[in-house]
Amino acid sequence: MAGPRPQLGAWQDPSAAPLVEIRNVTKTFGEHYAVDDVSLAIYPGEFFSLLGASGCGKTTLLRMLAGFEKPDKGSVLIGGEDVTAVPPYSRPVNMMFQSYALFPHLSVADNIAFGLRQDRVPRAEVNERVAEMLRLVRLDGYARRKPDQLSGGQRQRVALARALVKQPKLLLLDEPLGALDRKLREHTQFELVNLQERLGITFVMVTHDQEEAMTMSTRMAVMNEGRIRQIGTPAEIYEYPSNRFVAGFIGAVNQFEGRVTEQLDEGLTVHCESAGTDLRVHAQHEVAPGTPVAVVVRPEKVRIFAEQPPPCDNGLSGKVEEIAYLGDVSIYHVRVAGGVLIEAQLTNRARRAAAPLTWGDQAWVCWNADDAVALLE
Amino acid sequence: MMRRPSLVFSLLAFGYAFLYAPIVSLIVYSFNESRLVTVWAGFSTKWYTSLLQNEQLLGAAWVSLRIAVMNATLAVVLGTLAGTALVRFGRFRGRSALALMVGAPLVMPDVILGLASLLLFVAMEQLIGWPAGRGMTTITIAHVTFSMAYVAVIVQSRLVRLDPSLEEAAMDLGARPWKVFFVITLPLIAPALAAGWLLAFTLSLDDLVIASFTSGPGASTLPMVVYSSVRLGVSPEINALASIMVGLVTLGIVIAGVIMQRRAADAR
Amino acid sequence: MPSPSSSKPAKPLHALRERLRLGRGTVAVVPLLWLGLFFGLPFLIIARISLSEVVIGLPPYSDLLSWAEDGMLQLRLNFANFMLLWQDSLYLDAFINSLRVAATATLICLLIGYPMALGITRVRESLRVPLLMLVILPFWTSFLIRIYAWIGILKGNGLINNLLLGLGLIDEPLALLHTDFAVYLGIVYAYLPFMVLPLYATLSRMDHSLLEAAADLGCRPLSAFWRVTVPLSLPGIVAGSLLVFVPAVGEFVVPDLLGGPDSLMIGKVLWTEFFNNRDWPVATAVAVALLALLVVPVLLFERFREKEQDA
Repeated sequence: MAGPRPQLGAWQDPSAAPLVEIRNVTKTFGEHYAVDDVSLAIYPGEFFSLLGASGCGKTTLLRMLAGFEKPDKGSVLIGGEDVTAVPPYSRPVNMMFQSYALFPHLSVADNIAFGLRQDRVPRAEVNERVAEMLRLVRLDGYARRKPDQLSGGQRQRVALARALVKQPKLLLLDEPLGALDRKLREHTQFELVNLQERLGITFVMVTHDQEEAMTMSTRMAVMNEGRIRQIGTPAEIYEYPSNRFVAGFIGAVNQFEGRVTEQLDEGLTVHCESAGTDLRVHAQHEVAPGTPVAVVVRPEKVRIFAEQPPPCDNGLSGKVEEIAYLGDVSIYHVRVAGGVLIEAQLTNRARRAAAPLTWGDQAWVCWNADDAVALLE
Repeated sequence: MMRRPSLVFSLLAFGYAFLYAPIVSLIVYSFNESRLVTVWAGFSTKWYTSLLQNEQLLGAAWVSLRIAVMNATLAVVLGTLAGTALVRFGRFRGRSALALMVGAPLVMPDVILGLASLLLFVAMEQLIGWPAGRGMTTITIAHVTFSMAYVAVIVQSRLVRLDPSLEEAAMDLGARPWKVFFVITLPLIAPALAAGWLLAFTLSLDDLVIASFTSGPGASTLPMVVYSSVRLGVSPEINALASIMVGLVTLGIVIAGVIMQRRAADAR
Repeated sequence: MPSPSSSKPAKPLHALRERLRLGRGTVAVVPLLWLGLFFGLPFLIIARISLSEVVIGLPPYSDLLSWAEDGMLQLRLNFANFMLLWQDSLYLDAFINSLRVAATATLICLLIGYPMALGITRVRESLRVPLLMLVILPFWTSFLIRIYAWIGILKGNGLINNLLLGLGLIDEPLALLHTDFAVYLGIVYAYLPFMVLPLYATLSRMDHSLLEAAADLGCRPLSAFWRVTVPLSLPGIVAGSLLVFVPAVGEFVVPDLLGGPDSLMIGKVLWTEFFNNRDWPVATAVAVALLALLVVPVLLFERFREKEQDA
């Protein structure tokens, strides 16, 4: 995975004007709310992902940016201009379709030239720009081929070239890597990100693959049932999920329901029946005692010991029930006194160094208060 | 069933024999010297010669051909519009009426279609004076009405299989709806349109009942002339005509097959 | 370089939407108008004429609306035509006979067509299209001429009788032409392709591994055929049967050319009333009754088509 990008994001700059603004947009299909009062701002140069399970409204939102769906309520602005009712063919936006939607009766070159011809670009310039795009996606020798004579990866690149050749302000990508096999997908992820950085075009991508979203995005929005549940950089969303849905949706997580018993300067104390003890959590906000919260902690933040470790913020003991060997890491499931299963991850280098644990062994797990988050929602 | 494929295959062979025996017998007897079907009196092509001198049959064939071409062309235009509206427009007012009227002619008995069209033409002539009398125009209108339904069904089934994002992609790249239709949709459904044209052409060329109802004096189609001659008994000239038709159709299909195979080979 | 797509100014919105609506409107309206005028309207006219009296003149039927002497508009509905259909056994017999012939012919088509469709799905892939073409090819040749061919085969001194006489199996020609048998034969022959094609369409879409799964679960081939293949091909069976049954009920050419004086079918009765007796009101009453009879199967066919389209 590529780490979070070093540069300062435009979204952090108060003077920056957003390229895309979605204001209180709602769209229903019959009784079903596909998009429910969504607001969102995307800034120039971003690689923004809409992440969610199928049917969460991410594709509808993307299609509204392209102009294929009209919101029932709310407005869509691109470059400060209200485009809510502008048809797709007049928008400064291009889209790469999930199926690629390459015109089967046209050659690769004609597919790429299609958009330019609609704008009556002079022939010589069309040829030049098509050749340039073919070089960019490394398909130089393929201009005369028909789409059905290309491999999946080549088709994907033609679709990308066709959407980029008009130099849109905004490129929309609907599951751009969904049809590729795993190996090619990982490779293409980096290619896409490099291309985006080089061209400086704003990308908005729809995906259901969280790893893909985390790897490629500058920021992402996690969607569920037509609403945005959290917007942030991949690191923010992973480290500090703002609600139970996002915490459970992104990555694996240990989650304990409980009530706040007291708030100290450095954190909260939460009483959790299922953990069989009180847990200490770093507090971001003030929370009144008695408030129900969920304490979440990622498995890789949970350390596991065969013998009683030195005291730490949260220490529990239990029995090892399951061990899953995944190659790079091993996952341990430990049943603690309160009855809940806690998942702990151990890199296999650490595993070899530590005392061997096996099924049924007594084990101790512990984690720092700073590594856990208390969620109200 | 799979254990005894021979049973299925013998039934298959029987089916084809049933379909082709009458056609083969027609062709064989078209070369018979004798007027009687009963007796084989030697090989002769005289019935083809006399067919070519039969002014009535030739005239009727010319009438039929003109109607069939007009009909097929109009039916393709109207059927394409109907099929596109049904598949691509979602729900609109009149959709269910259109769907019903596109589906019904497919299974409506000819006698009802013919009678209905005739009565309409009579009533219209009374009311607005058009169409004045009946003839090729009225036959063509009646034929278009039922054959456009076949075209619409063919276009519909092709459009349903067409990825809608192709049209969206064209629009996304700046093409307006009509342009999208002509530059993307039309080329992609062209084979379906060709099939629809041929089907409408054949349906029109083949129709006896509707033409009989909607025709007037001086506009006898080929099936009408064949029918009146067939009612009088077997005629070797009709055998010759049938053989020519079978020959033309077979030729057409073989050519179409070769073209399609070439295309497939090119695509590889 | 400025982006070409962004340099395009947005058109005034309402004008654009108007144009779109106009474009979409024409697409649906033209066929709707055509079908409404030339297909929908005639049925109203049929209904109207079926309720009038036969008169001498052109058109040979009376007006429903007339001005009575006291200046009142008078509506005279004449149900006598329908009463006639009910009372004269000729019409009732013709209806029942049409239904019987059509149903039997449909069943025979199914019995011949099913193995054919199944057989085509079981041959080598490269042979399927040619075999399918061979099923369609007769359809492209004239219907009338294909029926006519059977006259030469069936008649007293036709092919079959000559063959049987020549073999010494019979002493005098069998009466084959102008019988109900000939009518069944003609209808089955003419409509067989309409049965085979939809059957093939559903059978070829069937996943072959379903039969392997059935076998794997201990189902013998014959019982797998009844429990897996047949139920899955039900849509094709329904479509094919309706495509044969409905037009066959109103068939005219086959009973006219191959049938005898007793093989009354309703299409032929309608034709005779119209062309020979010139009784338009009774002919239209027959048409209305026939339509009423076919409404259920036609709607069934419609619903089926809609469902297929959604699938």
